[in-house]
Amino acid sequence: MGWRVVADLDLCQGHQMCQGEAPDVFDFDEGADRVVLLEEHPDDSLRPQVESAVKYCPAMALAIATEEE
Amino acid sequence: MTETQLKTLADVPEVSRVYPDDPYGSLQEMREDPIALFNRVRAECGDVGRFHLAGRDVVLVSGEEANEIFFRAPDEVLDQAEAYPFMTPIFGKGVVFDTTPEKRREALKNQALRGDMMRGHATTIENEINRMVADWGDEGEIDLLDWFAELTIYTTSSCLIGKRFREELDGSFAHLYHDLERGTDAWAYVDAYKDIESFHKRDAARIALVELVQGIMNRRAAEGPVAREDRDLLDVLMSLKAEDGTDHFTADEITGMFISMMFAGHHTSSGTAAWALIELMRHQEVMKDVVAELDDLYADGSEVSFQALRSIPRLEAALKETLRLHPPLIILLRIAKEDVPFGEYLIPEGAMVAASPRVSNRIAEDFPEPDAFDPSRYLDPRQEDLTNRWTWIPFGAGRHRCVGNAFAMMQLKAIFSVILRDYEFEMVQPSESYTDDCSKMVIQLAQPCRVRYRRRDT
Repeated sequence: MGWRVVADLDLCQGHQMCQGEAPDVFDFDEGADRVVLLEEHPDDSLRPQVESAVKYCPAMALAIATEEE
Repeated sequence: MTETQLKTLADVPEVSRVYPDDPYGSLQEMREDPIALFNRVRAECGDVGRFHLAGRDVVLVSGEEANEIFFRAPDEVLDQAEAYPFMTPIFGKGVVFDTTPEKRREALKNQALRGDMMRGHATTIENEINRMVADWGDEGEIDLLDWFAELTIYTTSSCLIGKRFREELDGSFAHLYHDLERGTDAWAYVDAYKDIESFHKRDAARIALVELVQGIMNRRAAEGPVAREDRDLLDVLMSLKAEDGTDHFTADEITGMFISMMFAGHHTSSGTAAWALIELMRHQEVMKDVVAELDDLYADGSEVSFQALRSIPRLEAALKETLRLHPPLIILLRIAKEDVPFGEYLIPEGAMVAASPRVSNRIAEDFPEPDAFDPSRYLDPRQEDLTNRWTWIPFGAGRHRCVGNAFAMMQLKAIFSVILRDYEFEMVQPSESYTDDCSKMVIQLAQPCRVRYRRRDT
């Protein structure tokens, strides 16, 4: 089963915690004051980082969605 | 279904009244037992119910679907500005709730709460806790409300305004600030300047705080500029001049800004720290686990300021469960600026709309055994906070989710790292005597709320 990162950017408050947790998956757009999702389907090795980003996002704007193959 | 087929406000079920003769609807009950009122709205009316408050309908929503609509709505649809009339006399004119949505958004982009600032804050907080326990000795008693309220005055002022300002403060600032927080009687929905004692104390406290800040400003003006790296927010605000060369901000305006900056982070963190300690004392098995986790974490002599920024799973779970059961804000309010559909109802412009963390956090379908203190809810795979993101709402949700929540969690982790490492605690009152005083919109622990500490044998 695959997985993908879901970022609800409507809710992003620009804390940039996800960038600290998973720098290969998230970037930040200073102008828009919002996070940018770099990789919707990161490598499985990055999953623990993404799980931390989801858990510690102060805006609860992130989630991991499971995809049926 | 088109909008014209939606039911109207009059169709929204109305909750029963404890005081049928109250001319202000459910005002008196809200001043006595608001939690019972809000719970009854959900029990009697379901996800969308209403009560009367001082000539207005308050539509109280709960449950995942209605909460999501509430929390996703932009300010232009559901606005906070007029929803908290009890705050205006505390903050003063032109501050936070007394301004436009755009200005508020700009002000709330608070640089001090950015992720990269947290490390410095963690060090500051650790130092403040160490100062507060410095004169504790081997054993003694503290009042939870007084102690945590004073500690969090120092931490919030130091982190948000600056160390130089914090050094000007002592316990008297905390007492004045407490009078402000007590000045949040729901009577403000009728008259925010009503002739009642808590409003008189509130106004006297604000005047005293302005005098205190004016005194600090006068001293600084006489002493002249300090080195750039020592400057705090007060120095910066004092340096700003209007076009005619006079000071841009008066002491009154600056005091209002400081009060408002500290407000959201003060009674909330203070109350949560106190409740977390109470719940840990009530649940010794959880306390044991948390202490073991901390002992393990700090066995290598690592710094609190380092670990507080990192994962401390069992402590975090205990803090989250404390927040679920004892959310510092029991009601969140908005005014409908246009007609808003909620499920089968169209709520008209002008109505007040509310969501209740206290009610939603204990919905049994989302949180099995909702009244039980069970930190294991947050461990894998349950993660009941993440799976119920519209009903696990101690920090609110959506666009206005508390911007200080990461700061708050870090601060709580730092506090418990220090106090549980060095001390053990026990209740000196019957367990059930630790309760909240909900007679004001800002709820606080009812006093007395004393506990005993004893230095741990090492």
